[in-house]
Amino acid sequence: MNALLPLAVNFALACFALSMLCALIRLLRGPAAQDRILALDTLYINGMLTILMLGIGLGSALYFDIALLIALFGFVGSTAMAKFLLRGEVIEP
Amino acid sequence: MTTADVPLWAALPAALLLVCGGLLTLVGSLGLLRLDSFFARIHAPTMGGTLGAGCVLVASMLVSSALAQRLVIHELLITLFVLITAPVTTMMLMRAAIRRSRE
Repeated sequence: MNALLPLAVNFALACFALSMLCALIRLLRGPAAQDRILALDTLYINGMLTILMLGIGLGSALYFDIALLIALFGFVGSTAMAKFLLRGEVIEP
Repeated sequence: MTTADVPLWAALPAALLLVCGGLLTLVGSLGLLRLDSFFARIHAPTMGGTLGAGCVLVASMLVSSALAQRLVIHELLITLFVLITAPVTTMMLMRAAIRRSRE
């Protein structure tokens, strides 16, 4: 009926794809290890938003669980790598 | 049920929020790419992580509520989780960068 929402969904999908491209370039080029971890964290959040956008565009509720899992694992991975940079080991005895 | 069936009262603010969220995330990631030092760079993606994700999640709540004909607010889980966990990662990364730049 109204083509407003699919247009906005496509626009936002293009924005998120461009953002993931920027984060990927920073991930490949980053001078130090902390730059790469920051880029990976940004990549995780952008991927989660892309999955949510697919959920809106296709009108399905299944994508919500995938987005929640991606947010969870992104946090765990980024925190583990930051802890490794900070201390030299992830799980301390 | 597809997105073309969403009524106009939900489609209009959802489309506005989606455009705002996409642009904010794009600006944040461009800042991650373009800024000079790491300490300037760590500020940029937080905009996409908080405001961009917030806009998209509110739009998702609107659309799924309008499609299901009742209040669907389980996207609040992701909002809360992202809002709680983003500063933790950023703080640890910042401390690691300070320690590594001092050596």
